[in-house]
This record gives sequence, structure tokens and C-alpha cells, in this order.
Amino acid sequence: MKKMYLYSRYERLWHWFQMGFIFILMVTGLEVNGLYTLFGYEKAATLHTGVGVTWLISFFVFVFWLFTTGEWKQYIPTTRKMAEVIRYYAIGIFKGEPHPVPKQMDAKHNPLQRLSYLILAAALLPLMMITGFLYWKYNSWEAWGLSFLTLQGIAFVHLALAFAVMMFVIVHVYMTTTGHTISSHIKAMITGFEEVEDDFHSEFEKRARQWKEK
Amino acid sequence: METDMIGDLSTSAKSMGVALCLIFLLAFPVMGAEEIEKKGPSDWIMKNERIRAGHGKYPILKQDFKSGDEITRACLSCHTHADQDFRKTIHWTWLVEGPDSETPVGKSGYSLNNFCISTNNMNSKSCLDCHTGWNGKKGQINCLSCHGAIDFNFNEAFEDIAYFNGLGDEESKVMAKDLKQGMQRAIEAVVTPERKNCGACHFKGGGGNGVKHGDLDTSLTAPPRDLDVHMSEAGGNFACTRCHTTQMHQVAGRTYTLPASTTRKTLLDDDLLSKITCESCHSATPHRGNDKLNDHTDKVACQTCHIPAFARGGLPTKVWWDWSKAGVLKDGKKIKTEEYLTIKGEMRWEKEVKPEYYWYNGTIRTLTLKDDINPAAIVKVNEPVGDRNDKHSRISPFKLFRGKQPYDTQTNRLLAPLLSGKEGYWETLDWKSALTIGMDHMGIPFSGEWGFVETTSVFPTTHMVAPAEKALACIECHSANGRMKKLEGFYMPGTGRAAWISRAGLLMAGLTFLGVLGHGLLRMASKVKRRNR
Repeated sequence: MKKMYLYSRYERLWHWFQMGFIFILMVTGLEVNGLYTLFGYEKAATLHTGVGVTWLISFFVFVFWLFTTGEWKQYIPTTRKMAEVIRYYAIGIFKGEPHPVPKQMDAKHNPLQRLSYLILAAALLPLMMITGFLYWKYNSWEAWGLSFLTLQGIAFVHLALAFAVMMFVIVHVYMTTTGHTISSHIKAMITGFEEVEDDFHSEFEKRARQWKEK
Repeated sequence: METDMIGDLSTSAKSMGVALCLIFLLAFPVMGAEEIEKKGPSDWIMKNERIRAGHGKYPILKQDFKSGDEITRACLSCHTHADQDFRKTIHWTWLVEGPDSETPVGKSGYSLNNFCISTNNMNSKSCLDCHTGWNGKKGQINCLSCHGAIDFNFNEAFEDIAYFNGLGDEESKVMAKDLKQGMQRAIEAVVTPERKNCGACHFKGGGGNGVKHGDLDTSLTAPPRDLDVHMSEAGGNFACTRCHTTQMHQVAGRTYTLPASTTRKTLLDDDLLSKITCESCHSATPHRGNDKLNDHTDKVACQTCHIPAFARGGLPTKVWWDWSKAGVLKDGKKIKTEEYLTIKGEMRWEKEVKPEYYWYNGTIRTLTLKDDINPAAIVKVNEPVGDRNDKHSRISPFKLFRGKQPYDTQTNRLLAPLLSGKEGYWETLDWKSALTIGMDHMGIPFSGEWGFVETTSVFPTTHMVAPAEKALACIECHSANGRMKKLEGFYMPGTGRAAWISRAGLLMAGLTFLGVLGHGLLRMASKVKRRNR
């Protein structure tokens, strides 16, 4: 068993902040949409707007971090091993096979993760923020030359994306249980250290070295 | 011993206190007419901030008036233009421009309602109680109907004084003198109109207190703060004219054909604005530190949130009037209860009524006696003009008044029966003659065949503005069964109007959950299997 430092302090903090944001926004957002009454419309709407704007602003900090640290490279999509990873989650995982793409410092994410996180961070969340911001600033549309928009349309996109995020969260949370132990992925996001089995890791390192030498 | 004495003392002190209170109460009864009686009109007048001229000092008003017209002539000897100005106003003419030059609308025009329906070209006597002349449009205007601080029945007093003087005995002379004195006080107590002046007619429209408007009744004469934050003494103590500004006796604010406000200016934009709206003083961004509330003011009228209900002053307003049920006698006598009157039909009353909401640009479209109706449907005697795509329309609150009233089954037009007077329905209980005479006064032929049709009318709810803390909470509208439920064609947060997306989304999320659950269970099962091997 080997421990590997995978997630920096900011990264972990950001992750859990986002979890909090998503949780509050989901609960208040669905209430604002009229699905149920929990806080009461006024509180729900105020909370939703406040948290939404906070996330929007801090998202710029994340983008800054992403580019200054070069971490953005972690999200470059690849098809390498994609088929293997899909096969692993569909079949291999039930047979106790090892993960085809073990984690390592400069490749924290497997190809499937890369793709889904890229879609999430570069498309889903920004679109949520843009539509959310427009929804909030509905009264300024005319001044901004956006009169062609309809609140119905913006609300539709925002709401549809919210359910996409909900689906992501369900899968994401489930996937945390697929590590070395049920909680090892979650522990990693708290401590920064991921437990990785020695042989898999050394095997991967061996292969990576070979690949580099080529 | 000592304690007894103290006990006695305190008891007597108490009773003395009570006695003093009683004396005090008796000596200084209610403010108003009694106070004037004690101190004399000029003293009271000088203390009333709405009077800046002591009319008690003018010799021209100290005459032995024999008729209302004579009083008015005295008024006009100083207010030389008042007469010609006033005769142009709707308060005198009861007419405004209608759909064409042949069809003026207004109380003496061709418009109608579903209360007492029509004044039959001002021939229905009881309607004239509220006209601003001494005797309808004949003779002089009655300045004191709006400017008199003391409610006094002059016409009756003139008759009584003449009668008592005619009797000639000492006692009668004293009676006549007393009446004369009362009249003199009423003549001299001249004010710019106060709430009760306007209220004398506008609180009692439709034939009684609070009947018609719902947001206007005598509870507004001295309203508590919660009932009307502007008119209450604890609030602004506004007279009606504070907002219904007046130029040359033209009072602003009618809604027959002209929009109540075409421009949304504040007094900062134009300090001589002729029509004071909420925005004139509060601006279009009145909610300090709450931009989201300010975001509403383009589409939602202030009244919508700030008047949570009408008829809140403890008095009910009429919501239903079925003329078709009129005419039933009990043991040969006319019935007169709150729910049924032989002369008027069936009534329903409500308090604390939640308004109906419509898009409204400030104009009310009114039906006339010359308009064709479809008796198969509910007929709108009048309706708010507005559309959600119109920039000048906002969602506004209304009292919706429903009832049944007579129409001509041959011509399919609404009918105006004559109600009061010797020939009126209230006396004869004969629809055919009342309808014939009523329509004759209007100069419109009546086929002789009539039926009853259900109708609705609306009254903009704009008075009884509650203090800010009593305004509607967001959830009153932003919920599935909210107050805007009947307004369609636009998206509104919190109403669940895009419910199918939510359903589809929740379904997808549910399937996703089942997917991962199945995956997890399979993992567990396979692990157990592997271990057993």
C-alpha cells in the first residue's frame, strides 16, 4: 500500500466548497422552481441568488488557479485507454480486475473522468452560471440588447442543466466508492493523499517510464 | 385603623377620578360638530390646517338665505370663475367622451354598470343625491357638497325654517332660529375637501356604505394605519386631493376612457404633475436595498403587493347582485334583509376580499346601452384594458363584481330600468313598465321582451394601501396556487409552470440513481462470489 499526494489544499477546499454550493443551489433552486416549499420562496430565492453569485465570482479564482498552476492539462480529453476504462466499469470491476488507469501525480483523472470533468467545468457549470446570471438580471436585458431572450427559455435551460448536474452528482458520489476501499477516494479529497496499491502503481510507473523512454 | 383610612381614601380617590373622567368626557365630547358648537366656527376653522381663510368673517355669507342657489351666488361673488370651471367637470356633467359623439359615457351617458345599472339620463331621483347641484343640473352648483366641513341637509332645513316661521308661534320661531344658526355654521365651515366630503358619495357608491368599490368605505374617514398608511393620521393623514390633484376643479384620476396615468413620472421629473401616482412620490425603484423587488415595478403595479385585500376596514362590500330574483313579496310585504331585498334582488357580501388580477394600462373599457351582447356568455359590463405585451400595462388588482341584470331578448342589448321615483321599479315592482320608461329616458327603443344575463364589472383596487410590512409576501404569487394563477402566457418562478421539465429531470435523475444502485449491488454480489471461491 502506498500513499500518493494527489490534491493540493486549494483543490480540496474548492471541491468541498463546490459541493456546498451545489447542495444549497439544488435545494433552493428546486424550491424556486416550485417543486416544494422548504425555506419559503423569498428565503429560497435570496439564498439561491447569493450563493449563485458567490460561486460565479469564486469560479474566476478557480479558472485563474487552473491556468497559473497548469492544472488545466489534467482536463485535456483523450481517447487513450478510454475503451479499457469503459470496459473496466462495465465488466472488469465485477471480476476484481485492476483499474486500467491508476492515478498518478500528473494524471489524476482517467480518460472518462477527464471528459466528464471537462464537460462539467467548461460547459455545464459556465452555462448554468450564464443562464443563472441572466435569469437574475432579467430586468437589464433590454438595456443590454438581449430583448430577444425569453425568461421561459432561460429558465428552461437553467433547469434542464440543473438536472444534468443532479445526475452528475449521483454518479460522482457513487464513483467515490469504487476506489481501493469504499472511502479511499473521499479520504483523498479530505487529506489530499490517495491510497494506491503498490503493485498496480509500480506497474503503471513501469509502463509510464517505458512510454517516456520511447 | 390606618389601613382602613387609606383604603377609604383610595376608594374615594378612585371614584373621584372616575367622576372627573366622566365630566371630562361629557364636557368635551367627540371632536367635530360638537366642538364647533362650543367654540364657534371661526376658532375651529383657524385651527384646521386645511382652511386658510376664515369664511366666518365674510359679511356676504351672513345673509338670510332662502335657497341653496342663493348660498352659491354668495360664494361666486368672490370665487368668480369657480362656476364656469366646475360646470365643465365630470362631477357636474356626469358625462365624458364615449366611443362616438352620439354616445357619451358617464353616469348620465350611455354607459351602465351591474349595480343600479343607469341613472336613466339623470331621471332616477335617488341617483341625484350624489350630484353636485342643489337640484340636479338645474340651477346652481352646490359648493358645500364638497367644501362643507359640516354635513348638513340644506334643502330640508330651508323647508323646515319656512314651515316654522309660517307657524308664527314663539316656540316655532326658536326652532327656526336654531336651524338657521346650524345652517350658518355649516355655510361658514368651508374647507378644501376632506376625506369625508369625497366619501359622502364615493364611499357609498352603489347605494350604501362600501357597496361598490370595495376599497372605498367610511372606514377610510379616519382609518387606522394598517388600513391605509397614507390616509391614516398615524401615517400621512392624506386627504383624497393629495393624490387626486385638482386644477380648476378638474379632479385627476378617472378611468373611463383616459388612462389613469399615461406617463410614469415622479415629482422630481415634473413637480406640477396633474395626476399623483404611487411612483410620483416613491419612484420606480422604491424598495431600498432590495433590487429584486424593484425589478417587479415594470410589470407589477404597486397596488398588487401593497393592497393585500380590500374591504379590510371591518365593512363588507357587495360582490353579487342578482336582479332576476327581485320582486318576491312575503305576506304581501317587501322583504329587506342583507341577502335579499324585494326591490333589488339577491345580494352577497364579503370582507377582506383578495382581489382579482389583470393586465391594466389605466383604462377601463365600458359597455354602453347601444352595444350588442352575447347573452349566452357572461357579459363584461366593463373590463380593464391591457396586455402583457404592452409596455404600459402592469398586473393590477381589481374587485370583480358579479350579478344578473336585464337585457332585451330581441335586440340583445342590456337594458336600463328606471328604479327610483313613483314610476320606478322600486315602487311598482313592474319590470315591463320600469324598463319601458327607463329606456324611453335614454331614447333607445325597447322591444318589450326581456331576460336576465350574468354580468361582471371591475373596480381598480387602489385605496386601502397597507404599510410596507403588511405587503404581500413573495410566496403569495410565487407558488403553484398563487394569486397570478389566472394570468397566463408567461413564465413565473415558483409557480411550477414548467412542471414537465421537472418531471422529466427527476425521472432521469431517478433512473441514474437506480443505475448506480444496480451497479453497486452487482459489485457487492460479485465480491461475495469471488470471496466464496
